[in-house]
Amino acid sequence: MFLTITTTHRPATDLGHLLHKHPDRVQAFPVGFGTAHVLYPEAVEDRCTAALLLEVDPVGLVRRGRGPGGFALAEYVNDRPYVASSFLSVAIVAVFKSAMAGTCKARPELAASPIPLEASLPAVPARGGEAMVHRLFEPLGYTVETEALPLDPAFPEWGTGRHVALRLRGDVRLADLLNHLYVLLPVLDDDKHYWVDEVEIEKLMRRGEGWLESHPDRDLIVRRYVKHQKHLYNPALAQLDEAAPPAQDDETAREDTLEERVSLRDQRLGSVQAVLKASGAGRVLDLGCGGGALLERLMRDGYREIVGVDASVRALERAARRLKLDLLPDAQRARIKLLQSPLTYRDRRLCGYDAAVLIEVIEHLDPPRLAAAEGNVFGSAQPGTVVVTTPNREYNVRWETLPAGELRHPDHRFEWTREEFATWSQSVAGRHGYRVRFLPIGPEDADVGPPTQMAVFER
Amino acid sequence: MRIELPEPSLVVLIGASGSGKSSFAARHFKPTEVLSSDFCRGLVADDANDQAATKDAFAILHHIAGKRLVNGRLTVVDATNVQREARKPLIALAREHDLLPVAVVLDLAGSVCQERNAGRPDRDFGAHVIKHQRSQLRRSLKGLQRDGFRRVWVLHSPEEVDEAEVTRAPLWTDRRAEHGPFDVIGDVHGCYAELVELLEQLGYTVQETAGEVAVTPPAGRRAVFVGDYVDRGPDSPRVLRLVMGMAQAATAICLPGNHDIKLVRKLKGRDVRITHGLAETLEQLETTPDDFRDSARAFLDALVSHVVLDEGRLVVAHAGMKESYQGRASARVRDFALFGETTGETDEFGLPVRLQWAADYRGRATVAYGHTPVAEPEWLNKTINIDTGCVFGGKLTALRWPERELVSVSAHSTYYEPAKPFLSPQVAAPAAQKQRPAFVLDIDDVAGKRIVSTRLARTVTVREENATAALEVMSRFAIDPRWLVYLPPTMSPTATSKRAEVLEHPEEAFAEYRSNGVPTVICEEKHMGSRAIAVICRDAEVARERFGVDGGETGAVYTRTGRPFFAGATSTEDVLGRIRAAVGRAGLWDELGTGWIVLDCELLPWSAKAMELIRRQYAAVGAGARAGLTAAVAALEHAGRRGLPLNGLLDRQRVRIEHVERYIEAYRRYVWPVDGVADLRLAPFHVLAAETGVFVDRDHGWHLERCDELVAADPDWFQPTERRVVDVTDPVSQDEATAWWVAMTDAGGEGMVVKPMTFLARGRKGLVQPGVKCRGREYLRIIYGPEYADPTQIERLRGRGLGRKRSLAIREFGLGVEALERFVRREPLNRVHECVFAVLALESEPVDPRL
Repeated sequence: MFLTITTTHRPATDLGHLLHKHPDRVQAFPVGFGTAHVLYPEAVEDRCTAALLLEVDPVGLVRRGRGPGGFALAEYVNDRPYVASSFLSVAIVAVFKSAMAGTCKARPELAASPIPLEASLPAVPARGGEAMVHRLFEPLGYTVETEALPLDPAFPEWGTGRHVALRLRGDVRLADLLNHLYVLLPVLDDDKHYWVDEVEIEKLMRRGEGWLESHPDRDLIVRRYVKHQKHLYNPALAQLDEAAPPAQDDETAREDTLEERVSLRDQRLGSVQAVLKASGAGRVLDLGCGGGALLERLMRDGYREIVGVDASVRALERAARRLKLDLLPDAQRARIKLLQSPLTYRDRRLCGYDAAVLIEVIEHLDPPRLAAAEGNVFGSAQPGTVVVTTPNREYNVRWETLPAGELRHPDHRFEWTREEFATWSQSVAGRHGYRVRFLPIGPEDADVGPPTQMAVFER
Repeated sequence: MRIELPEPSLVVLIGASGSGKSSFAARHFKPTEVLSSDFCRGLVADDANDQAATKDAFAILHHIAGKRLVNGRLTVVDATNVQREARKPLIALAREHDLLPVAVVLDLAGSVCQERNAGRPDRDFGAHVIKHQRSQLRRSLKGLQRDGFRRVWVLHSPEEVDEAEVTRAPLWTDRRAEHGPFDVIGDVHGCYAELVELLEQLGYTVQETAGEVAVTPPAGRRAVFVGDYVDRGPDSPRVLRLVMGMAQAATAICLPGNHDIKLVRKLKGRDVRITHGLAETLEQLETTPDDFRDSARAFLDALVSHVVLDEGRLVVAHAGMKESYQGRASARVRDFALFGETTGETDEFGLPVRLQWAADYRGRATVAYGHTPVAEPEWLNKTINIDTGCVFGGKLTALRWPERELVSVSAHSTYYEPAKPFLSPQVAAPAAQKQRPAFVLDIDDVAGKRIVSTRLARTVTVREENATAALEVMSRFAIDPRWLVYLPPTMSPTATSKRAEVLEHPEEAFAEYRSNGVPTVICEEKHMGSRAIAVICRDAEVARERFGVDGGETGAVYTRTGRPFFAGATSTEDVLGRIRAAVGRAGLWDELGTGWIVLDCELLPWSAKAMELIRRQYAAVGAGARAGLTAAVAALEHAGRRGLPLNGLLDRQRVRIEHVERYIEAYRRYVWPVDGVADLRLAPFHVLAAETGVFVDRDHGWHLERCDELVAADPDWFQPTERRVVDVTDPVSQDEATAWWVAMTDAGGEGMVVKPMTFLARGRKGLVQPGVKCRGREYLRIIYGPEYADPTQIERLRGRGLGRKRSLAIREFGLGVEALERFVRREPLNRVHECVFAVLALESEPVDPRL
């Protein structure tokens, strides 16, 4: 982890005063995760460069128990010891605290004035790439030079990765430069190494004073700074501007963004609700209930018994929180049940219900496993009504942001055209003694049909 | 008096307070067999005499009794039971579990009871209570059998009580002590000639002299007939004569078929419809003497519904027997044995629609049965229907037990036209296809805490939260469970080396096996790719017949967590085709006598499966590290030129760059571009299983020889596995292997796996590790991080606990082999799946991922 700050202000060696570190000394400061060294590779009249080198202890880093992200060895094969992340921010504040505050007894007027400064970082992890780096620093008056690092020169076809070499140039106060780096490096990285809470908002307000409120990407900065925690960023944004409504996050899942625009999810849930009500069912199953969005609506519709079923225990826990199961009065509590059951294993607990819905579920099953789910639902559980919704692949061409030929969600095993869905539905209905009818969900396009298709099976 | 209790049964003691029931129970039964109402009162109310607690006490008593009966345990109810209403639920309970209720009545004089109670201060109720109980008892006595007690014993005096002798007799269906070997023979239906031919083919000698038939079995063997001796065929009386003679000579166990029972009813003079070939039988019987008809009637009438043989491993019944009825006795058990389970509806041929009990069968015992003719005997979930419709022109079939071989003779003629054309292709479709839909796995087969018995690792317990985690993974990501006959175990590294420069070294591996009494080990080159299990069938027909899949696929290639290796069916079939060709050229189908084979392999390169991970994680770390450190070194060099005292800071960064460069080299070795199947390399190292067995009884030399044959058959695509056999008692042999390992790992190789030469080896504490890995210093950079090998780091990494990993490795190994063994034995899918599911569940245990 390495940062240099250079000035060409004369005498350039005054940088030592501003940073409170003597240009002719090599100093070391212990920080929690290693050692920060400050030294000056050059220190002459017309040019002076201060370097901050952070030696991180990789084993110590692991022992601090950083949660692995998706890949089991992520803690060990880790860029943290080498790149500019929140660790560097911690080191900056530990080593240059007075400089950040703009205090300098020796050169007070210099600390208060913009001087020509250049900050150089050989490796900055940037979520959003070079464009994001420019978006964040340019509005602050810097000339920004970036170069995305190639992943491996031996494999040029791999292209570049998320690391960017960064050089900032501008006439700014040193304190401002340090504060900008302090706030924006972790924002670029978007992966803070420590737990954030309300204290984090305070820090942000202090370090962002005078520039953050007017930054065009203020909302993004705040959200990333508090690790996307709503309960933190909403109050923070409110502090910055009472009137500013929180904008949509820029990085929600692709499917969400795509579908949010037509509030497709709402229409889907509403349509399913309507079909269920019309069926006259009293006891219903939500198969693949996920976080319980439909369950919440069904509770209000007053069914005798509602069962949310999902393969994922985490999804069921989310559903339980959403429904506030532990707070429900007994009479309501008795109406709702959550069950872990993957559709691919026959489950006799699902027998004897009036209706079952599978909202955007079948496309998450591999075709051979879909047959197992079909047997389980239509052959074994045999509810009177079965409602199935699934994407209509034909409609995908209407979404410009979705590359041609791609599916809406990485876990979709398939997406069907209207004809494919109809063929499947009719053969299922035939095999198990159901009638089937089809309904559109979302705006129906003359050529490609609705974004979501729905089949209603009845015995 | 001798009281011979059927075991299991529900024994109801009946007697007034003070009649000595508890003493009687204590004398003749184990404490756990006796459920006393007084004790249950105590459980719920802390007072054995609290009459207010009676209702709750009986609720508990009935509940426990029910559980014991489910488990087939003789259970004694110690309560007064003098009232009919008190006995009624007990009779119902026994019936519900298809066991017999029997009663032992202590009909002792009131004075005796009162005298005994007087000696017990806790029983201070008046004389009228006992008097009342006595009168209720007297009134009950006559009706006990009518109420449903199968046997009733009444003891009238303290002397009789003292002298009573209690013995136990197994139920008639319980012949577990008989081990055979047996020849189970399907529905004969009067096909005498075919029966004699089949018996002779099975090695029996059949001699007919003056109308008598004498059958002598091969030494030790016995025949078991599934029934339906009569009707439709040409000579039912002679068939009866033969089986009656064998039954009498105890060379056959005869079960009743529905046709036999109908004949009995006719012979008893009942009004039955003369259909389904009964007319022929009656006509044939016309010519036999009266006494033959009488003895045939008596013989058939006395047949017991079904039989449990060979320590409970084999159950034979005419129309099958579901698990909960096995070894039990009740009218519905008998009905099930005769007719199977029907829905009450009839099909388009006017025949009863049968419920597919066999499709749901989950029992441990193998069930052999007949009743419904099928073209070919077909295994389904450990059940087999051996009625191959001889009388309809099919075959007469025998199942040899325990060999599980099928022996058939063809019908000499079509004696009777079937109502339903059982040989038509539609009906003759294999049971696996017809009756085993993909969803045949139940959530109950896998969910919750599970205890799996394995041959190698004994019982393995799966905790509920692990099963929960596995359930999600298995259902969302794994391949069709019909292909998932094995999952590989995790593998522990060798004990941590004490040498300064490395974490792992061969000497610890050799020492470990030596100290476990294993003299010879094999060191196999560890390929750095992705683990792949390949299940290959010779053709789609084998896949359909043996694995029950019907999508035309001919095998599967999956990862160590059961996920499909390739996204598209095309690549999978391409890879399978390439393996299949090599298996054929190497002659393995014939050598192993099989149409399918399971190979344990490493599929190369690593980048074929892990490209995204390598780019996003490995390469990105390398790129960031190299850029950061290079800039730092340049700056430090400037500072050094200024004469600043760097105190080793610059040297340290130079060493770090060196580490990072070597780390980048380490992952690069396992990357090459893959555009199609031809760019892959497959390194097989175990020939796990085939139709003829699970090859854990062959040593690794055998396995690698077969793998070498595959390499020879397709050297461009198969990758050989380098190996060294090491005598761990010979330092020279060890040194040679160590030198080989050093050379290999210095060149960047992943390392090696050290295994007991014999595949399986047992030490003092059971199985020893089936293999330990010994990884190279350079390779470990991609596991422990770029700079792990630095002297400042490596010392802190030595304290790594291997215990949990090793325990998991043994348990998962046992489970994986068990899954294959169950599959080879043609056990039902759920029994195989239970084991692989358990492997996946154990893998969710938190273990240091670097091990």
